[in-house]
Amino acid sequence: MLGEGIVKGLAETARNFLGSFVDEERLTTVEYPEERLPQAEAARNFPFLIYDGDDAEKGLRCVACQICEKECPPRCIHIEKSKDKKPDYVGKQQFYPAVFDIDVSVCMSCQICVEVCPFEAIRMDTQFELSTDDRFGGLLWTKAELAKTNEYYHSIHPTEAGETDARLDEEKAKVAAKAKPAEAEMQAKA
Amino acid sequence: MTQAPVQQLDQIFVMLKHWLVGYVPAAAQPVVSSLLSVVAILALFPALFAFTTVLERKGLGRMQNRYGPNRVGPFGLLQPLADGIKSLTKEDVVPRTADKAVHFMAPLLLVAASFLAYAVLPVGRNMAAVNLDAGVLYFFAVGAVAELAVFMAGWSSHNKYSLLGAMRAIAQMISYEVPLILSSLAVIMAAGSLSTVEIAGRQAGYSGIWPHWYVLTPWGLAGFLLFMIAATAETNRSPFDLPEGESEIIAGYYTEYSGFKFALFFLGEYLGMFAISGLGITLFLGGWSAPFSFLTWIPSWIWFFAKLLALIAVFIWMRGTLPRLRMDQLMNFAWKFMLPMALLVMVSAGVWRFLPHGVLRWIVCFVMIAVPYVLLGRGLLQGKKIGKRTYRFAE
Amino acid sequence: MSLSFLILALLTLGGAVAAMTLHRLVHCVLALTVALAGLAGLYLNLGAQFVGLAQILVYVGAVAILIVFAVLLTRGAEIASQMDSSRQGRFSALAGGVATAAAVFAVLAWVVLHSPTLSAPAATMTQVAPQAAMQQIGDALMRRYVLPLEVMGLMLTAALIGAVILALEEKPEAQ
Repeated sequence: MLGEGIVKGLAETARNFLGSFVDEERLTTVEYPEERLPQAEAARNFPFLIYDGDDAEKGLRCVACQICEKECPPRCIHIEKSKDKKPDYVGKQQFYPAVFDIDVSVCMSCQICVEVCPFEAIRMDTQFELSTDDRFGGLLWTKAELAKTNEYYHSIHPTEAGETDARLDEEKAKVAAKAKPAEAEMQAKA
Repeated sequence: MTQAPVQQLDQIFVMLKHWLVGYVPAAAQPVVSSLLSVVAILALFPALFAFTTVLERKGLGRMQNRYGPNRVGPFGLLQPLADGIKSLTKEDVVPRTADKAVHFMAPLLLVAASFLAYAVLPVGRNMAAVNLDAGVLYFFAVGAVAELAVFMAGWSSHNKYSLLGAMRAIAQMISYEVPLILSSLAVIMAAGSLSTVEIAGRQAGYSGIWPHWYVLTPWGLAGFLLFMIAATAETNRSPFDLPEGESEIIAGYYTEYSGFKFALFFLGEYLGMFAISGLGITLFLGGWSAPFSFLTWIPSWIWFFAKLLALIAVFIWMRGTLPRLRMDQLMNFAWKFMLPMALLVMVSAGVWRFLPHGVLRWIVCFVMIAVPYVLLGRGLLQGKKIGKRTYRFAE
Repeated sequence: MSLSFLILALLTLGGAVAAMTLHRLVHCVLALTVALAGLAGLYLNLGAQFVGLAQILVYVGAVAILIVFAVLLTRGAEIASQMDSSRQGRFSALAGGVATAAAVFAVLAWVVLHSPTLSAPAATMTQVAPQAAMQQIGDALMRRYVLPLEVMGLMLTAALIGAVILALEEKPEAQ
């Protein structure tokens, strides 16, 4: 009980104190908002819609099948089907959503809409700095705010996006392979 | 004035005061002179308090491998401004059954007592506000008033836990006053006077380059360590901050205070810390004198504040290192360890005075303190199992 | 009768009167503390630095806290509000208090008026320089009055040992 433990403790804190000025790695503080920690790849926050190409209207993958609207547990998705059709990624004529609203203040990020979508149209975004002071409309996102490009999807979830694109390319290849013999038949007949 | 520029810089505040007082008619001169000293103290030490709060938070942060506050102002140095605005604009909640008069007066009494203590500290050569013949006694008397303020705070809140916290705080303060006063008695014996100005003056000589500070003697070093430990306990600083640490667990004696009164309690506590550090500097570290004879060209008040900042840094360092002591550990430490050591320091100081100069008195005084220290340290450890904790059933 | 004496005397008297008349016991204790501090001020006014500061250190710092602890650790704070407030009780209490105060005042007045300092002519009184007062007290304690000093020390030691024994004895009973 001669105080050597106290002296050792004081030496330790002194080393911490002096080292924190000299050695940059000692200070593990991330000074938000100037610095941000990178998020894990599987991070998720709220959903967004994907469109291929440049035009958000023409390239939108969603075909308004309304499966996500029915499966969403807090029922925060509101979809209204369009009256006309437009071609999808394989060229088939499909409906598209005239209105696609997600109430993000209700959404619980359960990802069920992503799991049930058969068209790889809706995925989870990672943005979390979404505070707004507009109490009523600020967190109700429409189709225009939800639609983001496939490149953006690649930038936030590269592995998933790679797998999704591989699947979509496979589908396109299958449809093209079926179309080629059909075309050859048509040409042969004509 | 045909003084050398160095001496002029040293006495610049004294000369400023004389110049200002010269403008006042002779009848009012003593009052105005005292008033100027009071204004200087009232302006300087709260500013030091503000600076210390941000220093402490940044220092503790660096010791814990993080930044301290660094948003308000450059390197966070304007943080006290933000803290001041926050505490001034908070709602002042007083419990319905609290004793309003006593509840109001407790922080005021604490701050008043803490400010009164600065009157006898010699901040520089010829720069004590009041040169009392019994300066050290005055200091301890004023410190005793602070205990009463603590009790008033705890009792008036009408809260069991505040009361318990206040009683523990008073018990701690009273227990540690004994080693505090005994270790300063050793200095008073050596200096032959109770006046702080006299004690600081006696330590201003030099033998070769070494100063005549009392801390550079065996009994002085032990006395200084005892004094600083007792000072940490008197001002409720870590690791003796059970009265205020309880706030995190149950409640402390100022739990029912909010807003400005809470800020006043903090002000009072830190002012007490500075005052008692100042007394420690005056008694042991030579007051305003320079550490080496070739450094006397630096003004005396700069040396005092440099030593004060060093002691504040040591307080912050201890806070960042040591865990809190429990109440029974605290009391055992005061009565069973510090009191015998303080008595030995007094005896050693007396022996030092009457032995002739030379190696003999160094050896005798050192052995007189070191051997009981080791024996007491080992002896108090008997019967206590200090080591890795073992569990009867959980292994 | 200087202004400072008047103020301090009023403070002391006010504190003492408040200590008698306030309802809550802890308020009475605090008023008593004010009265003791006023007394210390009076000592300081007379130039007796040591006595005045020792008065603050001992009375305000220790005795007042002791009284406060005694009030808190017993149920004195609650009992005071249930005091006997009948007319008969109050009158007899007042009469007894006045009689005791008059007796004490008479004795003190006799002692003060017959003390040597007051009976000597004013011209021969010399002011004790406060510069030497501390040394004079120390000198007197160590030379002329060393026996009473040692006896007091012995008495305090006995009191301390007695307190420790009293506290120790409770342990075997608690077991």
